[in-house]
Amino acid sequence: MPTTDTTSPAPTTDPDGRLDRELAGIDALGLAVPSAPNRAKAIWSSAWPKLLAIGIFVGAWQVVVWSHWKDPYILPGPVATFRSLVDNRATLARAAIDTLQRGALGFAIATVIGSIVGLAVAQSRVLRSGVGSMITGLQTMPSIAWFPLAIVLFHLSIWAVLFVVILGAAPSIANGLLTGIDNIPPILLRAGRVLGATGWSALRHVILPAAMPSFVGGLKQGWAFAWRSLLAGELIGAVAGTHALGQVLDADRSFSDYTGMMAAMVTIFIVGVVMDAAVFGQLDRFVRRRHGLIDTAT
Amino acid sequence: MTSALGVVERSAGAPVASHDATPPAIRINGVSKAYGHSGNAVVALDRLTLDVAPGEFVCLVGASGCGKSTLLNIVAGLDSPTQGSVEVTLGRPALMFQESALFPWLGVRRNIELALRLSKVPRNERRSRADALLEMVHLGGFGDKKPHELSGGMRQRGALARALAQRASVLLMDEPFGALDAMTRDILHDELDRLWRENGLSVLFVTHNVREAVRLGDRVVLLSSRPGRVVAEFDVDIDRPRRIDSSEIANAAAAITDRLRAEVRRHADD
Repeated sequence: MPTTDTTSPAPTTDPDGRLDRELAGIDALGLAVPSAPNRAKAIWSSAWPKLLAIGIFVGAWQVVVWSHWKDPYILPGPVATFRSLVDNRATLARAAIDTLQRGALGFAIATVIGSIVGLAVAQSRVLRSGVGSMITGLQTMPSIAWFPLAIVLFHLSIWAVLFVVILGAAPSIANGLLTGIDNIPPILLRAGRVLGATGWSALRHVILPAAMPSFVGGLKQGWAFAWRSLLAGELIGAVAGTHALGQVLDADRSFSDYTGMMAAMVTIFIVGVVMDAAVFGQLDRFVRRRHGLIDTAT
Repeated sequence: MTSALGVVERSAGAPVASHDATPPAIRINGVSKAYGHSGNAVVALDRLTLDVAPGEFVCLVGASGCGKSTLLNIVAGLDSPTQGSVEVTLGRPALMFQESALFPWLGVRRNIELALRLSKVPRNERRSRADALLEMVHLGGFGDKKPHELSGGMRQRGALARALAQRASVLLMDEPFGALDAMTRDILHDELDRLWRENGLSVLFVTHNVREAVRLGDRVVLLSSRPGRVVAEFDVDIDRPRRIDSSEIANAAAAITDRLRAEVRRHADD
């Protein structure tokens, strides 16, 4: 515990350091007793339920295959699927990277648009009553329902996919930012104003950082929408001729390579889980911890 | 009236010597604040006039609904009066709340550095000035801690350091110790007393705790409720350092509490 009495700036008003000692004492008593975190234990306690869930799912899959409900050629089991996954890892990895790049581009554009719209709606009463409910409405629109319009507008091109990805992700991102700004404790805004933060500096130093936890939640949800829209778009052939995951999936189906199709689906699932948990989950945890929204004692 | 009670009530409207000598740090001149529209307006403050001299520690006490917080918001420039004017002659005032209102995403030092930045302090001076302010409020070892990692008393000292970072010589405090336990509050009274004297601050301190007001203030101003008006002013004639549990403070507080209770009784028939 650092003692502060050696650096007292004013020996005149506290000659014997009594106040210094008392402050140091009450601070020591007031601080929470830190519990030593056990990293391995923490990782294990969060990992085993996930591993168990995967195990149950794979087991159920295997049971269905063993039941001979369908020919194993039509519905391959987990072992065959994972063998195909390993055999075709280069193709699938390339497809995943191809799809992720497209997703990242669409998501980046959606983030810019969603942030601008969310910010504008948060600041303007007129926009809020006009556009606010529309944003929520857009979120409920299934992304596949946008494709006919997208194809009419952009034909079967990457732009059709990006259009749908952006429409899927941007409302969630805008809503996340809007909710974040709406839920800023008023006292922080007042504190900012008293410190001299107005206009742009209030936005930069107070409003945006304060809205960050909710904004990251919006990003996480936006990515889930973007990923779904993206695969739907790839599957209907909007990006024909590329190595996208959706194309691999569709090609395997048309060539009756159902094991390959299952392997592509497992890849899509893995990429989705990794992006959600590793990327956005970590970002979420980081921001929430930074804001003191995670109880460190537990 | 003698100072046997430790407090001397000023007769209403009596001129005070210091007012003529130097201009006040805060001049609140006939301030009224009404909420709502003319028909069913609620008057929070009614032609309130009050000066705070440079270096003076003034405590405002009153029951609920006396518009204490409204008044501080107006002085801080967060709200505007319906009538009257407020002048703060010694620069932009700093304001402290019952909660620290430290930004939770920044460590205490970064909170102070942001205040320095918003006060246009050059980048290369911010770190050293923030460290000096942390030392001043005895948080030297805790600069990297987030507000939620500190105790309530430490957060309030962090908020005090951030307020001092504004280089404000006028400090407005809205029940800053109201949420703290008695022991911590007692120690922070000593700390505030020290910082006030060392920095020559002019303080307008709002509280509903009469003893706290007498412990800290050079002058205690009693406000009425609905609408808020100045009912009485008391000069606190007790030598510093003061102890909140001394009999002088208790006696002085009792005299003021009697007036406050009489004021509350007036509302019994509302």
